[in-house]
Amino acid sequence: MGDTIEVAQFSDWMRRYAGVIHENAAMLTELDSAIGDADHGSNMDRGMSAVVAALEAGEFASGADLFKKIGMTLVSSVGGASGPLYGTFFLRFGGKLGDGPVDAQALGVALRAGVEGIVQRGKAEVGDKTMIDAWAPALEAYDAAAPDGLDAALRAAAEAGAGGRDAATPLVARKGRASYLGERSAGHQDPGATSSVLLLEAAAATLA
Amino acid sequence: MKKLINDPADVVSQALLGMEVAHGDRLRVDHEHKVVFRKDAPRSGKVGLVSGGGSGHEPMHGGYVGLGMLDAACCGEVFTSPVPDQMLAATTGVDGGAGVLHIVKNYTGDVMNFEMAAELAADGDVQVRSVVVDDDVAVQDSLYTAGRRGVGTTVLLEKLVGAAAESGRSLDEVTELATRINGVGRSMGLALTSCTVPAAGKPTFELGDDEMELGIGIHGEPGRKRVPMTSAAEAAQLLVDPILTDLPYGTGDSVIAMVNGMGGTPLIELYIMYGEVQRLLEKAGITVARCLVGNYITSLEMAGCSVTLVKADDELVGLWDAPVNTPGLRWGV
Repeated sequence: MGDTIEVAQFSDWMRRYAGVIHENAAMLTELDSAIGDADHGSNMDRGMSAVVAALEAGEFASGADLFKKIGMTLVSSVGGASGPLYGTFFLRFGGKLGDGPVDAQALGVALRAGVEGIVQRGKAEVGDKTMIDAWAPALEAYDAAAPDGLDAALRAAAEAGAGGRDAATPLVARKGRASYLGERSAGHQDPGATSSVLLLEAAAATLA
Repeated sequence: MKKLINDPADVVSQALLGMEVAHGDRLRVDHEHKVVFRKDAPRSGKVGLVSGGGSGHEPMHGGYVGLGMLDAACCGEVFTSPVPDQMLAATTGVDGGAGVLHIVKNYTGDVMNFEMAAELAADGDVQVRSVVVDDDVAVQDSLYTAGRRGVGTTVLLEKLVGAAAESGRSLDEVTELATRINGVGRSMGLALTSCTVPAAGKPTFELGDDEMELGIGIHGEPGRKRVPMTSAAEAAQLLVDPILTDLPYGTGDSVIAMVNGMGGTPLIELYIMYGEVQRLLEKAGITVARCLVGNYITSLEMAGCSVTLVKADDELVGLWDAPVNTPGLRWGV
């Protein structure tokens, strides 16, 4: 519990996220059945199990090394759209962490780089009813609360992410498989935004 | 869930084991990467054709690997795009020095994973091009959405482009042909039932006995709208009308037509549907130059069908008639 994050805490974040994804896999797949193709929970569960196996098999000197491995593992094991999107997020996130201690400000920079990677790969904007609807307000809230420290910033991010996820529920999807449903996608919670909020909540529980 | 499987987690790998022993004369399987290769790949000087996507659409794509069609197919989990490692293994494995064409169906995941694979392959020495098939008229195309899905035209395109690659055309020529075929191909589908993804264990959506889902894709996803169940004649009209107005096709046009089963509809019904489709086309002054009736691009055990039309000319009919020897399509050999 300090002002900077240790590599071990990053590992804890990923282990906790793997556990949360496993517990919620059926719920995520259920959400995806309504407006997608009923595989988000099982795909993320498979990917995060592979991440946990990679954490156990290797030793990582820095957050940058750790997240490079995690990003590549997700790209190689998840498939669908979530593989490249989460994979790209962690690759870009890790690429910005550097070798030094990671404080609230440095984590904010890395999170923003990760989200920019998602935007670049998925070409989605706020309002398209995707994970970006959770990430964009989460980043804003994070930056606003960062001067108050890691704990405050991560909690604010998780809360704003959940708000963004819920605000996207009434929207008509414009990206991803949900967009094929047109008006019928309105009223359903987005699975990708949901798994993104779980990632933010796991961060708030482990990194601060 | 009633399925002839051993374990929901092993559906794809065990199907590939069976496929390898069934078609070992023509195919070999890289089990680590879940890639089906033509047995004699790579062919020196021939453009390599790689496709792939989620599993559950059999015979597409693994069943279309062989002489006159694909050189390799990457098999993802059921209804889930394969990953870049698989596509890279397929791409380097089929490159005979003339480059490789990726045939990608327009789904967000497929497009992103193939893009990442193409970036990785470009770091090596392989020249990679890609064509994204987006032929589903149920989805209104727009700059602001994911666009139309890739469905039935993919099968016809793989056959036609496969013949062109077999005849020694260059990567540029093969890519141009693939793009042109996608431009003149249109599809529309309907479902009478949903389907069950093995890992999910229950149907993706529920459909009443008196309902059908119009404008479906190939992943058990709900369609554009739910309509009352109707006769084959009216169902054919619901599929053919939006296709004909979309391209548009007109009097005097010639087409390659496919009436495709989604996996759970018997051939006897597909032939009734084909008869109705042919009658509607005739009425519109359109000639069917060649046709396919059967299960070619499926959605597990979903009942229902789709109609695909590709506007044909002499060149395309010639490519269609060229020899093909794959588990899913075989003639002229």
